[in-house]
Amino acid sequence: MTARRYIDAITTALADALESDPAVVLLGEDVTYGGPFGATKGLVDRFGEHRVRDTPISEATIMGMAVGAAATGLRPVVEVMFADFVTLAMDQLVNHAAKLHYMTGGLLRIPLTIRVQGGVGGLMGAHHSQSLESWLTHVPGLKVVAPAFPNDAETLLRSAIDDDNPVVYLEHRGLYWNRSQETARSPSGAIVRRPGTDVTLASYSKMVHSALEAAARLEVAGVSAEVVDLRWLAPLDLAALVASTAKTGRLVVAHEAVRTGGFGAEIAAEVHARAWGGLRAPIERVAAPFAPVGAARALEDAYTPGPESIVEAAMRTIEANIPQPRRRPDAP
Amino acid sequence: MTAIPRNDAAGLLGRMWLIRAFEEKASELFARGEISGLLHLGIGQEGSAVGTCSALRSDDLVFGAHRSHAHAIAKGADIERLMAELAGRTSGYCRGKGGSMHISAPEVGFVTATGVVAGNLPLALGGALTAMSSGSDSVSVAFFGDGAGQTGGFHESLNLAALWQMPIVFLCENNGFAEFSPLSAHTVVEHLANYARVYDMPAVTVAGNDILAVRDAVDVAVDRARSGGGPTFVECLTHRLRGHYEGDPAKYRESISSAEWKALDPINRFVDSHRDELSAIASDIEADARRVVALATEAALAAPPAPASGVASEVYAS
Repeated sequence: MTARRYIDAITTALADALESDPAVVLLGEDVTYGGPFGATKGLVDRFGEHRVRDTPISEATIMGMAVGAAATGLRPVVEVMFADFVTLAMDQLVNHAAKLHYMTGGLLRIPLTIRVQGGVGGLMGAHHSQSLESWLTHVPGLKVVAPAFPNDAETLLRSAIDDDNPVVYLEHRGLYWNRSQETARSPSGAIVRRPGTDVTLASYSKMVHSALEAAARLEVAGVSAEVVDLRWLAPLDLAALVASTAKTGRLVVAHEAVRTGGFGAEIAAEVHARAWGGLRAPIERVAAPFAPVGAARALEDAYTPGPESIVEAAMRTIEANIPQPRRRPDAP
Repeated sequence: MTAIPRNDAAGLLGRMWLIRAFEEKASELFARGEISGLLHLGIGQEGSAVGTCSALRSDDLVFGAHRSHAHAIAKGADIERLMAELAGRTSGYCRGKGGSMHISAPEVGFVTATGVVAGNLPLALGGALTAMSSGSDSVSVAFFGDGAGQTGGFHESLNLAALWQMPIVFLCENNGFAEFSPLSAHTVVEHLANYARVYDMPAVTVAGNDILAVRDAVDVAVDRARSGGGPTFVECLTHRLRGHYEGDPAKYRESISSAEWKALDPINRFVDSHRDELSAIASDIEADARRVVALATEAALAAPPAPASGVASEVYAS
C-alpha cells in the first residue's frame, strides 16, 4: 500500500475532529471546494454547510469571528489560504485571539486553530511565498506548530484542535505530496529524527527534510550529524535542543524565513545562554537572505536555503574547532 | 444584578442613574489618582446602553468597545467587581489584568470589550455564529461608535452578517466625535445607518438619548434576529458629555450649554416624559444609585491590588 500524503493526513485530522466534536467548525475561503490544494476536499459533503463554511475574502473578520465563536463555545478551525495573508488578520490574532484569556484574567478561553499554508516554492512571488512564523512566535498567548511529516501533520493538527488556546498550524505546500513514513509519536515536544555525535541540525517544517539530506551528505564526509525536528516553535522544546547541543557541541539552526529577526536568532540566543560552556563553535544560522521572494526561477532558487547551505554551515562549525571541554578556573 | 424589567420606569431610570453615578465616581477616583490609565466614560450615553440592554435576554451576548462601562452595567455586570477592575484590584472581573477597556462579565452575557476601534464587530459575529451552530436563539449585539464606520472590519462584518443572515444587532452610538475629531473630518457619510442599506440590511436611526426610542428599535431588531430574519443596524444619535478620555481638555469642540444639555440628557428626558410615575421618586432613585456606587467603590478599593506575581500567569489556558 502506498503511504498517505501529508495533505491527506490533514484532511483525515479535520474529518476526525468534525466527527468527534460537534463544536468544531471549518471556516475559510473556498473550503467547501477544498481550498487551492484540496486539504478540505469532500468535508462539506460529509459534514454539511453548517460545519464547513465558505467565507468572503475578509481575513480580518473571519479571524475575529472565529475568536468570538471560540470565546462563546465553538472550536473553530480557520484556513488562511496563504501565510502572506495572515498579515490581514494580525490585529484579531494578536489583540484578541492571543490576549483575551490573559486580559480577562482567565474568564475566556480561545480554543482556535489557524491553518496557514505557506512556504516558498512554485515561483509564486513575494505575496505567496513568505515564512512569517517569527511574527507569530513573538506574541504571548499564541502557540505555533510546524509539522514536517505526514503522521505529525495528523497528530499535531488533532492536538491543535483539542488545545484550549489559539494554535497557528503552519503547513508547507512543498510537503503536501510528501509520503515519508515516520513513526507516529507523542504530540508534544521536539523529536530527534536522526541521531549523531558531531553537530546538531535543528529545524522545522520542510527544512527538516533538507537537514536530513544534509546529514546524509555529511556522513559521507565523515561527520555525524544529529537532526532535531522542533515541531513546536511555541512552546519551544528548548530542553531537547540544549541536550542535543550539549552532546555534539555544535549547532546549526535552519529555516526558510529570512535571517534577520528570524526564529533562528531566538533559538541561537537561548541555546547559547544554556549550553555556551560546551560549545565548540559559534552557533550557525541557515536562512533566506534579507529580501522579498523574487518570482523568477533564479531568484527563487537563490532565495531558498537547502541542504547545501546546511552542509556548509555544519562544516564551518567542525572547522571552528574550539577545544572542548572548557574548564572552570578552579578545576584540577 | 438582574436583567432590567421592561415596563418598570423606575427600574430603567435606576439603571441609567447607576451608570451615571458609576462613571462620575470613576472620574472622581481618576482625579484622585485611585484609577490610572486610559478611562473612557460614557456619561450622557446611558440611554442607548440601557435602552438596548433592556430589550435583551440574559443569554443574549454583548460585545463592547473602549467606552463600555455603561454597556456592562446595563447588561447586569456587578459594579463592585467592575470598579475593582478599573482600580486594578484582584477582586476585579479580570483580576486587574483587563482594566477599563477589557471588561468581561460572561455570567451576564457581557462577553468582552476591546481597545481596538471596530475590533468587536467580528467578535460579535462569532457570538452569532455560535448561536447559529448550536441551534440557540440567542442574539449578539456589538456596541461601537461612529469612528468604527471607516474601518475595513466594519464593512467586512456588515457584509458577512448580511450574507449569512446572522442573529446580530449592530448598535452604533453616533456621538459625532471619533476620538478628537468631528465625524465630518473622517467621512462625508453623516449617518452610519446608510452603510447598512448598501448591504441590504434593515437600518434605523433613532434619538439615542431617548431610552424608549432606542428600546423600540432594538426590540424590532432582536425579534428579527431571533426569528431567523438576520441582522439589523441601529444607529443611536447621542452626545458624549466628556472628552475622549478622562483628562482630555476637549479643546477641539464647542462645549454644550447647560440648557442644551438639559434637553438632551437621557435621564432628564426620561423623567420629563414619565412625570406621573417618576417625579416623586426620581431624586430618591438618584440618591439610591449614588449610595450603591459609593458602597461598591469602598468595597472595591478595600480589596488587594493585583500582585506582580501575576505578570506572566494565564498567558495560556491550561
